[in-house]
Amino acid sequence: MSAAEDVVAEGHEAVEAVPKRAMTLGMGTSLVVLLLLVAVPLFAKNFVIFQLTQLLYLGLAVLALNILTGGSGQFSLGQSAFYGIGAYVTAVMMEQFNIPYFLCLPVAGVVCFGAGFLFGQPALRLSGVYLALATFALATAMPQLLKLNFLEHWTGGVQGLVVTKPDAPFGLPMSQDMWLYYFTLVVVLAIYIFSVNLLRSRSGRAFMAIRDNEIAASAMGVNVALYKTLAFGVSAGITGVAGGLSAIAVQFVAPDSFTITLAIQLFLGMVVGGVGWLPGSIVGAAFIIFVPNIAEGISKGLSGAVFGVLLFLVIYLVPHGARQVAILGQQLAGRLRRN
Amino acid sequence: MELFTNQVLAGIATGAIYACMALAVVMIYQAIDHLNFAQGEMAMFSTFISWQLMQWGVPYWAAFVITLALSFVGGIAIERILFKPLAKAPILTNVAGFIALFAIINSSAGLIWDFTIKQYPTPFGSAPFLGSQLISTHQAGMIGVTVLLLLGLYFFFQYTRIGLAMRAAASVPESARLVGINTSWMIALGWGMATAIGAIAGMLIAPVVFLEPNMMGGVLIYGFAAAVLGGLTSPFGAVVGGFLVGIFENLAGTYIPGVGNELKLPIALALIISVLVVKPAGLFGRHIVKRV
Repeated sequence: MSAAEDVVAEGHEAVEAVPKRAMTLGMGTSLVVLLLLVAVPLFAKNFVIFQLTQLLYLGLAVLALNILTGGSGQFSLGQSAFYGIGAYVTAVMMEQFNIPYFLCLPVAGVVCFGAGFLFGQPALRLSGVYLALATFALATAMPQLLKLNFLEHWTGGVQGLVVTKPDAPFGLPMSQDMWLYYFTLVVVLAIYIFSVNLLRSRSGRAFMAIRDNEIAASAMGVNVALYKTLAFGVSAGITGVAGGLSAIAVQFVAPDSFTITLAIQLFLGMVVGGVGWLPGSIVGAAFIIFVPNIAEGISKGLSGAVFGVLLFLVIYLVPHGARQVAILGQQLAGRLRRN
Repeated sequence: MELFTNQVLAGIATGAIYACMALAVVMIYQAIDHLNFAQGEMAMFSTFISWQLMQWGVPYWAAFVITLALSFVGGIAIERILFKPLAKAPILTNVAGFIALFAIINSSAGLIWDFTIKQYPTPFGSAPFLGSQLISTHQAGMIGVTVLLLLGLYFFFQYTRIGLAMRAAASVPESARLVGINTSWMIALGWGMATAIGAIAGMLIAPVVFLEPNMMGGVLIYGFAAAVLGGLTSPFGAVVGGFLVGIFENLAGTYIPGVGNELKLPIALALIISVLVVKPAGLFGRHIVKRV
């Protein structure tokens, strides 16, 4: 412990380098998934549709974290804070100012983009566990900040706010749940396409260069500070939209829905879906929504332990998450085609 | 001025708890290079074991020693069974493993000993220490034990062969393997020691925060914060960080208007982050230079 400096050789990156082509799905698979997402609600009950909506917006939040961690290599435990800001911006605008819901979401996104961009500034000097602690601080502070007295006039304090669920427009013969599902689907798809293109663009390449080697990236002329904060901003903005969608779908916001537990769930979703593989986000979201229920079904008293064991099973079988399954599937399909 | 000294004293008293926990955090960080999110739960489980032993009539110090031994073995077992297979998996997958372990331990403890709050005895008594109302003999004893532990660790790591081997395995695994160190077992040993230190921390903290499955939630957060503030590579830094966080937290609660109990934690964390922005490797941490 006497040496003043240690030299760490290459090969110690926290986040694996995922090539950008491996970050998305092929055309055919995408179409099949899309068709399923459009068709399934037509044959499902309202509660199932609600769960599917939940799947979509949580998947969006996991996707946002994936852009930050899988794309630019920065780690965040503070996603729940941006999710909360997005949910609150949407709820306050809808309920206190009677602004239609579809106008609230972009505002939530922009506000969170700003918040993330600003938070990215001090976080620039930190990386790894230090960054995790900084974002963690944000996550623990957020529920307390939402409870502050002088905001109570708008936020409703500890009690939270009730949000009205929108009806289907133009007299479409649809239940509220089904309309909200399709609305969410459109928003999520638009953001997914945006994200895929973002990662393929100049900015996306800059993110990945920073993830793989910050010093080399800056030597090649990448503005490291700008792109790191930009990644934070984009991720926060998307998380904010996800939070806004959740506020509309759940019809309720309260400070204690946006604690560190949510941030940890999103993190687990990312790991299970595969870090850096965007389509995996939806698989990860399915894991964090349904597995706790399954665990509860197996044993009420030990649901936490069952959840832990299931999580261990998943990471033993596929340490790289759903991405690994997808790659295996692809190889298998390729072999079948050759025969 | 008297208010100030009193608050600093009270801060040192709570700081001792954080220092204990931070020391355990740094220990495992030295050995495995990750922060173990399940550390607090492991400490809680060890504390419950000692409580159970005492319920069966084992005297305090005997229970203390048996718990230490069991925790040491238990820590090694967890590493061998659960985390060795993940050695080649990505770091973030390992972190997910810690979260899974957290859920398993917390839920099992709840089932075995239920969630009611239990009293936990102290070997030092709880009279005021040197006539001060703010610091009890138990808290003074806790500070004493923490300092002793720190000294012991310092000598272990600086002056024993195995301590040197552990440091080598943690900082440059490849080279350590080349000179014949069994790095895999060094990691297991690190887990064992960290679990044992966590058990000591748990048994010292339990009389203050009372014994229940969720007792470590808050403490671990402060422990992490303290470890990061002091620099994750330095056990001495962790202890200093622990005391500093305790003092920060108390002073923020007293002097910043409108803070109260709810905002103490965010403010303490914000302060720590401001320190980290100036000194990114923590107060006593080594600066790591990366080769391109």
